[in-house]
Amino acid sequence: MQLLEIVNAVPASGLFSLAWLLIAIPLASAALLLVLGRYSDKWGHILATAAPLASFTIGLVLFGQMLSADEGSRAASVPLFEWLSTGNWTIEVGLLVDQLSILFVLLITGVGSLIHIYSIGYMAHDDRRRRFFAYLNLFIAAMLLLVLADNYLVLFVGWEGVGLASYLLISFWQHRPSAAAAGQKAFVVNRVGDLGMAMAIFTMLAWFGSSSFSDVNAGAAELTPFWATLLGLLLLLGACGKSAQVPLQSWLLDAMEGPTPVSALIHAATMVTAGVYLVVRSNAIYAQSEIALTAVAIVGTVTLLAGAWIGSSKDDIKKVLAGSTMSQIGYMMLAAGLGPVGAAFAIFHLITHGFFKANMFLGAGSVMHGMDDDVDMRHYGGLSKAMRVTFITFAAGYLAIIGFPFTAGFYSKDHIIEAAFDQNTVLGVLALIGAGVTAYYMTRLMVMTFFGKKRWADDVHPHESPLVMTVPLIILAIASLGAGLAMNGWIQGWLAPPTGHEVHDTPLVHFTTIGLLTLAVVIVGVLVGWFLHRGEIPRNEPTTKNPLVLAGRADLYGDALNEHAIIRPTRGLSKGVAAIDRGVVDGLTMGSASLAGGLSAWLRTAQNGYVRTYGLTLVIGIVALAAIVFFGQLV
Amino acid sequence: MSSEPYLVVSAILFAIGVLGFLVRRNAIIAFMSVELMLNSVNLSLVTFARQHGNLDGQVGTFFVMVVAAAEVVVGLAIIVAVYRARRSASVDDANLLKF
Repeated sequence: MQLLEIVNAVPASGLFSLAWLLIAIPLASAALLLVLGRYSDKWGHILATAAPLASFTIGLVLFGQMLSADEGSRAASVPLFEWLSTGNWTIEVGLLVDQLSILFVLLITGVGSLIHIYSIGYMAHDDRRRRFFAYLNLFIAAMLLLVLADNYLVLFVGWEGVGLASYLLISFWQHRPSAAAAGQKAFVVNRVGDLGMAMAIFTMLAWFGSSSFSDVNAGAAELTPFWATLLGLLLLLGACGKSAQVPLQSWLLDAMEGPTPVSALIHAATMVTAGVYLVVRSNAIYAQSEIALTAVAIVGTVTLLAGAWIGSSKDDIKKVLAGSTMSQIGYMMLAAGLGPVGAAFAIFHLITHGFFKANMFLGAGSVMHGMDDDVDMRHYGGLSKAMRVTFITFAAGYLAIIGFPFTAGFYSKDHIIEAAFDQNTVLGVLALIGAGVTAYYMTRLMVMTFFGKKRWADDVHPHESPLVMTVPLIILAIASLGAGLAMNGWIQGWLAPPTGHEVHDTPLVHFTTIGLLTLAVVIVGVLVGWFLHRGEIPRNEPTTKNPLVLAGRADLYGDALNEHAIIRPTRGLSKGVAAIDRGVVDGLTMGSASLAGGLSAWLRTAQNGYVRTYGLTLVIGIVALAAIVFFGQLV
Repeated sequence: MSSEPYLVVSAILFAIGVLGFLVRRNAIIAFMSVELMLNSVNLSLVTFARQHGNLDGQVGTFFVMVVAAAEVVVGLAIIVAVYRARRSASVDDANLLKF
């Protein structure tokens, strides 16, 4: 593998020095809404929607400037202030606006703004809407800090910030015990990943004396193979936690307890892709270790199959989409694990996925809105007539995710499958199977939700959502269809400097053997999905003995595995430690205390209150002393 | 002149004082026993001063006398106060200060 070219960011000038405003605006808005409390109930959502829109505008302006600049001077570094200086380490806080981070900025603020607008309608009847918007703004600010940081430690601040926002929003309806538990679960599972992340940063500080991207990239070649592999695996652990990759996938399905816009923004379009961003950003480290890179690809492949499997067996529409998100992020991880060849494809798929998955999640939210918050697809059916706009926009997302020719997913996913075949046939075949299963479960979702006979109860009156919710859907649907066409020929060249990748030729109309094979597999998946669900669908989940379905319904036993492999041993260990604490440590202290207590209780009976007894004691003592002195002299 | 008889008298006086303090219940008597012990010590101090031919012991005696006078003031006041409160001057009745 050729040594990566180090891209030096030029110092920021002009508008770029205002890049901190991107983060500051939503942060200030969140702070304002939280501090003012109920006083801002009336206009809070307007301000909160304006904040990401303002950031989006700034992002667009910066993006325009970068487009017009020549390739060498596109990346700009924006030093802000010195955070801390201790011993040998000086940590500077700075932003890095380069080709990679600007794409994320546009995705986060663009999709984020649409979801803010949608939420105005979705959360209209919620008493705590202002608080919801404050948390959303907090999330936007933290996520922007994550992608704009020029330094792993500052990235970590954003990383934890999005974790906090995710926790707050998953358990937003905290009066429901399941939501509160889901928030805690997400938080705890993410801590495992954060451990890897923190240890990776410590390793960097120890090796390079700095955690900034430029120093780490420059020094990565000096790493010994062992440390390069370890660093890569630690970063992968962090990425697994945040991106819900196997083995830390269990929190994402439960995270669907949060309001649907949150699922769309945080748990589909942006935050869960942070792991992919981390791996792509750390390409210099992964270039040093074939093992770590292979581990990334394997994790991605396992997750893409596991997610598709779970998605195929759930009846809860949001959980199907959550499984699908896991699966699609698995594709991105797989691409990132293919090395520089796949990195640009990973980001490409990340962006198109951000569009079509946000679209479908918001569509699911719209369906739930019309169906009195019922999420069970077995209670839907025939909604295509009742919800015209939702149906059409959802269909756009559907076509994009299964990879219908010329939609977004067709370009981004096929590139990944082809790149996987180039590297390793096994990975390629598994990715191909994943594409077929994706087509199956998405068709199942479409058929069960929008086609067939109505299965909802008589007192439910499905209706189309208000304009404030459908307009974002329409915009996202257009993006789902068109983003692939728009970005296909351009994104590789654009991302070449930060990913260190030579450009492959990927024409728009481009049917290779593998592309056609993928298409054939997808068609089979669609047909199977339609064939199995074309008839009557029972309103209750049928019991089955099919082990594949049972495993899928149980989230592939992820929770059971955690329970048996981690929670119970840990609980046993802590019970043992507690028993030792009670028996030995407490026994010693309590024993010595009761010994002293008993002794003094016995001694105090000498204090009987009779002066003459004290006098006698005194005399005996003096006589004894005198005797000792006297006989001591004799000896 | 031998100082031995004086010291014997002092020891006898001291033993009487100790026994009086230990066996008598009346606070006044116990108090007098304490005074007796103090004065027996005074006697031996004066005896030793005479034996050594300097005034150190006699100075000590004066100190003891001064302290004893002060002690009488405080002690008798306490005894009177106890008597007023409990209608008794028996030291065995004033036995509340215990476990």
